[in-house]
Amino acid sequence: MAPSFLFSQFMGGLTTAMFLFLIASGLSLVFGVMRVINFAHGSFYMIGAYLAWQMVEWLHPSGEAFWPAALFAALGVGALGAVVERLFFRSLYGREELYQLLFTYGLVLILGDAAKFIWGTGQLSVSTPPVLAGSVQIFGTTQPLYTLFIVAIGPAIAFGGWLALNRTGVGRMVRAAQMDREMLGALGANVGTLYTGMFVVSAFLAGLSGALVTPVQGIVPGMDVLIIVQAFIVVVIGGMGSLWGTFWGSVIYGEVLSFGILIFPGFSLFSVFALMAVILIIRPWGLFGRPL
Amino acid sequence: MGPVRAAIVTASDRAALPRRLPWTLIVFLILATVPWLGSRYNVFLAEQIIIDALFAVSLNLLLGTTGLVSFGHVAYFGVGAYVCGILMKTYGVPFTLAFPAAGLGTAAFALISGYFCVRLIKLYFAMLTLAFSQIVWAICYKWNDVTGGDQGLPEIPYPHLDWMSAVPGLTDLSIGDRFYLLSLVLIAVSLAVLHRIVRSPFGRVLTAIRDNPERAGFIGVNVRAYQLAAFVVAGAFAGLAGALYGIFSRGVFADYVFWSKSAEVMIMTILGGMGYFWGPPVGAAALVWLNQEITDYTEYWSFVLGAILLLLLFAFPGGIVGGIDTLWTRLRNTRRA
Repeated sequence: MAPSFLFSQFMGGLTTAMFLFLIASGLSLVFGVMRVINFAHGSFYMIGAYLAWQMVEWLHPSGEAFWPAALFAALGVGALGAVVERLFFRSLYGREELYQLLFTYGLVLILGDAAKFIWGTGQLSVSTPPVLAGSVQIFGTTQPLYTLFIVAIGPAIAFGGWLALNRTGVGRMVRAAQMDREMLGALGANVGTLYTGMFVVSAFLAGLSGALVTPVQGIVPGMDVLIIVQAFIVVVIGGMGSLWGTFWGSVIYGEVLSFGILIFPGFSLFSVFALMAVILIIRPWGLFGRPL
Repeated sequence: MGPVRAAIVTASDRAALPRRLPWTLIVFLILATVPWLGSRYNVFLAEQIIIDALFAVSLNLLLGTTGLVSFGHVAYFGVGAYVCGILMKTYGVPFTLAFPAAGLGTAAFALISGYFCVRLIKLYFAMLTLAFSQIVWAICYKWNDVTGGDQGLPEIPYPHLDWMSAVPGLTDLSIGDRFYLLSLVLIAVSLAVLHRIVRSPFGRVLTAIRDNPERAGFIGVNVRAYQLAAFVVAGAFAGLAGALYGIFSRGVFADYVFWSKSAEVMIMTILGGMGYFWGPPVGAAALVWLNQEITDYTEYWSFVLGAILLLLLFAFPGGIVGGIDTLWTRLRNTRRA
């Protein structure tokens, strides 16, 4: 096999991986602090994509408006996250996990249809921002600049997240909450505000990734569930609640998917699935996670 | 704790509604008269309800009895439908063999997938079941040679029910009505078996695991083995429901395995009341009826489902049967006082 071909498969896998990381990191963050799996995380991602499209349409359809639109989409979804957490989710903290899960599941159903109602069922698309519209030659392959941008932004966010968690006061509180939230509350920290904050940051990340995916993927109903299932597989592989676990889980997922196509054409999901099965047998809590 | 928890814990073993009447027999007999007394539409509705009832009760074996939250139960429904459909249509296997084969095939699949799922605790379990069901969906959607891909498997034959012509009273019934009666009997038997399972010592152990898996482990219960057994039984009965559904709707399509169907059956279970054996069938009846009424007005069925779910979570956590139960208890207490 030609090296250039392998390289282009590798880059394809890496792009998938970085998108997944952006999404799964928010999922993993909320889980780490609140011990809740937010099924609606994929819906937040989808809403982010639709909001970005809407802003581009309003501001400047040719694509110049992509960056402010992406920022707006991320902020909008963050605000949605704040509303959801403050109005509804808050009252479920004392209840069983099942009810929290079902609540976010109900949100998936409602937000999915709400998006269909507002934006219709057709496929929408956003053009690549002009700054990144070109491409470069690497190892005899043509790589779009936008792909390179996505591949760069993933590690940047991973590193930024690591810095925020390990080198700031808020990060220390988040880590404390991951270990023992009752103790953190007893020590006088405002756990309620911390929860809202985490939920908003997580929704912001979901909205941002939804906005960033629009130049390379059509926006369609159903993208919410498609992505949440992939994000679940990523966190099962990498380990829930671990930032680096999510990062490497995404990379493994993306690359296995990309190269799996060579082994099982049309059934690349099988290879990811086989990998997940093997990891679950050896380490049920994921590669980087801790046994619960 | 809260009222929800209380509803789940106390509901399993008490005579809630008046026991003097043989409710199940009455309901069965009423359903059996539908082909004579009702229209074709009524038969259609009744068949959908009884199939969904079996599906929902099988889910409740996991959800209400064992405390396992499966978001991908539709995978087993779908596998059953495909196994039965492929055997009957592609290979011409008679229903008497294809139907049990669907149950066994689904059980085998549930054994494999469940082996991985029960290794994970609560939240991970929920995620993995959803992932499995999406994988099954992807396979059904893409494996053209076997499943027909996005075209599905249309025109699955009805079982041979000519022998019913010899039975007095059934001679004039159409094949659809005959299949309805056959399904009714098969589903009644399945529900009776599930009822036995829930009330058996095995079922009690499952409830013990739901209430406190650690303590169940301490008294020597192999928690994972029991959970896996429950998973396999629930999967097998979901497969049987799926097999009937494939014949009833005259075809098996990848849509049957889509995640939103899992949402539907889960909402049926909670709407009826997952703390009660007969809760899920009540929820199935309510939701099927509601679906028929609402889809005339709006295409946003998922939105309605989601809204019902939120309403149940925040306002009526015990579901319909739970509500009736509470009401009944209150009435009885006031009468006594």
